Amino acid sequence: AAALPGAARAEADALEPNTWEEITQYNNYYEFGTRKEDPARYADSLITEDWEVVIDGMVDNPGTYKFDDILAKMTVEERIYRFRCVEAWSMVIPWNGFELADLLEMAGVQDGATHVAFQTANRPDQMPGLAYPVLDWPYVEGLRLDEAMHPLTIMATGIYGKPIPNQNGAPMRLVVPWKYGFKSIKSIVRISLVDKEPPTSWNKANGREYGFYSNVNPNVDHPRWSQATERVIGSGLFAKRKPTLMFNGYEEEVASLYEGMDLSKSY
Amino acid sequence: MIAVVNSGARRVPTWLVYALAVVPPVWLFYAGLTGGLGIDPVKAMEQQMGLLGLQLFIATLCITPLRRFAGINLIRFRRALGLITFFYILCHLLVWLVLDVQILSQIIADIYKRPYITVGMAAFVLMIPLAITSNNMSVRRMGAAAWNRLHWLTYPAVILGGVHYVMLVKGWQIQPLIYLGVILGLLALRQVPRRR
Repeated sequence: AAALPGAARAEADALEPNTWEEITQYNNYYEFGTRKEDPARYADSLITEDWEVVIDGMVDNPGTYKFDDILAKMTVEERIYRFRCVEAWSMVIPWNGFELADLLEMAGVQDGATHVAFQTANRPDQMPGLAYPVLDWPYVEGLRLDEAMHPLTIMATGIYGKPIPNQNGAPMRLVVPWKYGFKSIKSIVRISLVDKEPPTSWNKANGREYGFYSNVNPNVDHPRWSQATERVIGSGLFAKRKPTLMFNGYEEEVASLYEGMDLSKSY
Repeated sequence: MIAVVNSGARRVPTWLVYALAVVPPVWLFYAGLTGGLGIDPVKAMEQQMGLLGLQLFIATLCITPLRRFAGINLIRFRRALGLITFFYILCHLLVWLVLDVQILSQIIADIYKRPYITVGMAAFVLMIPLAITSNNMSVRRMGAAAWNRLHWLTYPAVILGGVHYVMLVKGWQIQPLIYLGVILGLLALRQVPRRR
């Protein structure tokens, strides 16, 4: 695994993580309902034993991988990251996970692949929210290959050193800390290497409000609310809002990925 | 049955309705301070006050059709329900202003830049003259015809309130659409021609 850039590590030391309760009782995971408390209440029904992940598309070693086998091959480390939801609230989460780049290396990315597509489990018998057409199920997300290979991009498998709870995306979820939370797709069952920008769920649902990139950017508002500031979860009833940081505070590490792009158009 | 409800309702003093109405906002504020509203108390207060306001608004709209179609006469509570609706929506607005957005420039920008907030604010503004004139003196001064004309504003206000709720959630969610459907249904009932 490539070393975490120095600035991010120094910053991470200064971040005060939210409590286990805050992180695991306040979730957006619409497969279990649209209220923040729904996932904690209903996600127990998701069966994560013998989880398998299909890795396919433009890879040397396509196939169905057992989650346990993947985990055995990867180096799991702690990453304390800011988490900024597109709804303008934020937390700090001590993830445990491995770099997505390591997993992609294991699969062997072929020349010509430009993007990575991800898919969440689609199990109506275990996910009551799938009964409602809030989104076009299954949930899908995507990254450009250079974003996916970036050392900050991880597959999280734990929080606070414990296995990741179902409501947070067990057994394995993406975490891209400089993007709005919905990009960090949960309970992944499929990873496909492709040669064009893949469709993404919220972009399909409302392209004007949710772009493919969805980088945290205080200067580009959501059409229905400002992204300039955020409410810090756990800071109490009378806490002041906090100014949102460019790329959620990871500008030094990731700004070069977007050089020459107009971020107000490629939002 | 209907006679029992009607005679029972006559014995309930309206001051009791006002007194009970104070309980939910006070309880919400207390629960927010003491950790009883979950992980994000500001959003919980904001949403609960807004939802209570919309529910009270719908209850107010039920009074007329209940009397006309079911013979249940609760008309003496209509003013109280209307004024409590206004009070709840005012609380909802204050939570948004003071605890949520906080920043004056952002509040002003939100009101004219963001359609769902524009719609919600428009609903609130329409309710202001209704609240101000909800007293006997105003009815006497204005005359019943002019007072009724002014209070027709109830209908656009409640529609805007329902639309505000549909617009503010991510995606098309069921619950806000049900509320808007109930509102439109109650307004449609008023279009049923009267039998002679």
